[in-house]
Amino acid sequence: MPWLSILMGVSVLGALGVAFVKNDKLAKQATLAVSLVVMVLTIVMTVQFSPNGDRFQFAETYDWIPAFGVHYAVAVDGVALVLILLSAILVPIVVLASWHDAEAGKRSVRTYFALLLVLEAMMIGVFAATDVFLFYVFFEAMLIPMYFMIGSYGGAQRSYAAVKFLLYSLFGGLLMLVAVIALYVVADKGTFLFPQLIGAITDPTTQKWLFLGFFIAFAIKAPLWPFHTWLPDAAAQAPAGAAVLLVGVLDKVGTYGMLRFCLELFPEASAWATPVVMTLAVIGIVYGAVVAIGQTDIKRLIAYTSISHFGFIAMGVFAMTQNSMTGSALYMVNHGFSTGALFLIAGFLIYRRGSHFIADYGGVQKVAPILAGTFLVAGLSGLSLPGLSPFVSEFLVLVGTFEKHAVFAVIAATGVVLAAIYILWMYQRTMNGPTAESVQTMPDLNSRERWVVGPLVALIIVLGFFPKPLLDVINPSVKETVTNVSVTTPAAVAKEGQ
Amino acid sequence: MEPAEILSNPGGAIGVGWLMIVLPLLGAAVLLLGGRRTDKWGHYFGVLMALASFVVAALVFFQLLGFAPGERRRGVSLYEFIPGVADMGLLIDPLSVSFALLITGVGSLIHIYSIGYMSHDHDRRRFFAYLNLFVAAMLLLVLADNYVALFVGWEGVGLASYLLIGFWQFKPTAATAAKKAFVVNRVGDFGLLVAIFIMFTSFGSVAFGEVFAKAGAESQGTITAIGLLLLLGACGKSAQLPLQSWLLDAMEGPTPVSALIHAATMVTAGVYLVVRSGAAFFPGEGTASLVVTIVGVATLLAGAIIGTAKDDIKKALAGSTMSQIGYMMLAAGLGPVGYAFAIAHLISHGFFKANLFLGAGSVMHAMNDQVDMRKYGGLRKYLPITFITFFIGYLAIIGFPLLSGYFTKDGIIETTMEHNAILGWLAVVGAGITGFYMSRLVFMTFFGKARWDEGVKPHESPAVMTWPLILLAIGSVVLGAFLIVGNRLMIFLGPAVGRPEELPEFHAVSPVGLATLALVALGAAYAWLKYGRQEVPAVAPRGSVLTTFARRDLYGDALNEALFMRPGQWLTRLAVWFDNRGIDGLVNGLAAGIGGTSGRLRRIQTGYVRSYALSIFVGAAILAGAWFVVGTL
Repeated sequence: MPWLSILMGVSVLGALGVAFVKNDKLAKQATLAVSLVVMVLTIVMTVQFSPNGDRFQFAETYDWIPAFGVHYAVAVDGVALVLILLSAILVPIVVLASWHDAEAGKRSVRTYFALLLVLEAMMIGVFAATDVFLFYVFFEAMLIPMYFMIGSYGGAQRSYAAVKFLLYSLFGGLLMLVAVIALYVVADKGTFLFPQLIGAITDPTTQKWLFLGFFIAFAIKAPLWPFHTWLPDAAAQAPAGAAVLLVGVLDKVGTYGMLRFCLELFPEASAWATPVVMTLAVIGIVYGAVVAIGQTDIKRLIAYTSISHFGFIAMGVFAMTQNSMTGSALYMVNHGFSTGALFLIAGFLIYRRGSHFIADYGGVQKVAPILAGTFLVAGLSGLSLPGLSPFVSEFLVLVGTFEKHAVFAVIAATGVVLAAIYILWMYQRTMNGPTAESVQTMPDLNSRERWVVGPLVALIIVLGFFPKPLLDVINPSVKETVTNVSVTTPAAVAKEGQ
Repeated sequence: MEPAEILSNPGGAIGVGWLMIVLPLLGAAVLLLGGRRTDKWGHYFGVLMALASFVVAALVFFQLLGFAPGERRRGVSLYEFIPGVADMGLLIDPLSVSFALLITGVGSLIHIYSIGYMSHDHDRRRFFAYLNLFVAAMLLLVLADNYVALFVGWEGVGLASYLLIGFWQFKPTAATAAKKAFVVNRVGDFGLLVAIFIMFTSFGSVAFGEVFAKAGAESQGTITAIGLLLLLGACGKSAQLPLQSWLLDAMEGPTPVSALIHAATMVTAGVYLVVRSGAAFFPGEGTASLVVTIVGVATLLAGAIIGTAKDDIKKALAGSTMSQIGYMMLAAGLGPVGYAFAIAHLISHGFFKANLFLGAGSVMHAMNDQVDMRKYGGLRKYLPITFITFFIGYLAIIGFPLLSGYFTKDGIIETTMEHNAILGWLAVVGAGITGFYMSRLVFMTFFGKARWDEGVKPHESPAVMTWPLILLAIGSVVLGAFLIVGNRLMIFLGPAVGRPEELPEFHAVSPVGLATLALVALGAAYAWLKYGRQEVPAVAPRGSVLTTFARRDLYGDALNEALFMRPGQWLTRLAVWFDNRGIDGLVNGLAAGIGGTSGRLRRIQTGYVRSYALSIFVGAAILAGAWFVVGTL
């Protein structure tokens, strides 16, 4: 079965259908239905994946531009699979959460939902692409629906935020395009197929230059300190649902790209860059957390916490141990659910009161206990409380990093203290204390909103105690990456030869 | 004698030992998810789950007793938690079962008491949900067979503590205290986490069995580092110096919480951690053990001094808790000869301190939630059961002959004396101060003239509250003798934590014991002079510099504020400013510079996406072409 093409096809056809429906309500229902179908199909596909089978499964390869060896080639390994699963689960939740989000402005409601489905197809494509050029195409094309979702449906400063987002991303994309083309030329294999390009670049200097081209693009996308300043603006101005997909999925393409492309295509250059990348990552962990503590705007605060979390993911990727990389891959999934829940519940809160500012709230727990309770669970997952899923991944990243780079891991671990401060202080200021006058009549979560939050909270708790199903899928693929990275470094080759 | 080997799961009650954790967890889940629908019966359900857990713990205990001492360590693996790193499993041995009995036993009594204490609270169901959650997490902490699972319980009790300190979250002070407790604890957790990283890296495992087996071959430096980091974790959870500051604020929580979590069980988790890791990391000699004893003595004195100056009955008791845990830490730092005393004092303290706290709660209940002892006085006639049980707890804590504290605390002092005379005498001084502050508390509350606010009509609490007091008081009387005489606990714990080859002898009368008793009597007498014979002023007198020092918790908060909070706030402000002006300004400026003027940038920014995309593609093609032509690569 061409599973991956079916998933993308259903999303795209769904988007087309939704765009031409006349009735807004019907458009929403259709979007929800399509996204649920995609989710179910993805789950069925995941069940059929055999973790200990071939690395890439459900592969499809067709020529696209034969003259340049460009293919439409898609397949998934464990890491790509769990990220596609993340996207497919998040989209219906986001659709349900965004039910009224597009209505505030004068823009077309059904376009917003059509864009969501287009975006879903591209998210699946970007993780599934095994042709480097195809990956690049998805990498850039993803920007377009997101640009419109922020620029047309966002908050007061949406155009500034959207353009900043686009400029940053395009700048990174440009560097990557150069590197992609150069990779093709230098490797001289006449193909863009990823598996054939592993180990193709042997000259250390070339590796370094190409690595930089890819890495900077990914560091902007993730984003890594100091390339992060577009994220708080974009996330704060985007509608809550779009913010979830932006921070929860799109940004993961950056860290996913580091793991998949930087490490495997340019292992020596990656080893060369490790000290610098890990330093940036650890700065990001601490810096993101400290700046988050000082935020006065709820959505910006959550965005900064994510910058801290992306630091953890990048650190784990570049620590290059089995545990740290597995941890990073799992972190990408868990962070998607955890930050997704935080953004969405914050969105419900903001929708009720009409303000982004923490200072405008207080004592919400008293009037809306379910909203407050779920916000607390989401928040606690953000500070990686054991028993909730992000703990497992953060622990794996830290323990894996510690094996090789103890000092970095210890500095990063101070993030656990800072995280407690930024989450609990925000929670205290919004939910505790005497009930502010402006929130006296705030209603609790309605049933649609509970259907949004419930599955996320359930996933966070279940994966917190039983992360094994995901880890069993991720571990074998990471092992392949570890092998590819270490076998192709000179030290490892020398060791093999002995 | 070394700890025994960990044997396989024998089935029976031990095989289903996980029910101890799951039952209260189920209780919490039902009460939280059930919402208002469970308001009517929620508290009974919570009590039932706690009691059921106690029954399982008792069955496990008796099954364990059926085995020969050397076969009383049983591993029960449950499931693969984090493949390759940690499994979820239980270690049922004398140490963990002793804790399980204490947690579920005292826990159940406090659950029952809370039915009455919280009867007027609109959110009683939520209270019971959190209590159940706490019991489940605490049991996971003590029953886990590896450090990662222990850590899950460790942070779980932190969460429960956070939720319960902030139970009346509409009070800003309660919300702040809850957050403070969590954050300070996280500083300790950082230590525990790094200790786990070192263990995993050095031993390739986090399971107790493997870690302890391999620790012997590891370098002394690594062992000391792990020990000190574990101690940092223990200091956070057990409110030991320098992470003590959260405990006094934690008294913002409802009184049953103070009794269960911040006196009887959770705050002793640090002692558990040290004793559990003892054989490998705290053998009674070496740097780590020495630092444990020093921390213990420093805290036992600091807590006692704080206890002397508090007029808030709960805060006086909280100072006392710090101090008593200091004794336990001190004992735990002495190695195998001290472990059993640490745990014996921990268990008997669990009873008498819970008794004292619940008694204080009963007094507050009678006095319209007044906590200021200067507004008490003469209550013994009005609250006879509370008074008698409280007085028994009082005698137990000061070490009155033949009551619990007499055996357990004296054991610690005598053992310390043999180890290190300076620490030993400091511990004796601590006992004297205990005699003073506890007597002060009793005199101010139950004796003298009534200094009540107008309209206060004290009344004895209902039976649902007094019965737990009575049962705890009985424990406060008999437990010390039961555990210490004949070295009963030391022999029982031996297979789990090891014990000295030669069992210590118990001396009913010894020079050190007599000196301790004399100092305690002196302290009590001085308290009587100041607070019994004289009238207690309704407003606290200004007092000397020393009094202020004690009232301000030895300036612990001031120190934290000066060292961490204020610099932290400045750092945060600086970072936010830098992020807005520095990095972002640089990037925007750079973009403007490239674009010519900022005006032009604005024009570009309003342009069309496709023109961007086009220019990017063209640019990229040119660059790549140039690269290709030049052929430098």
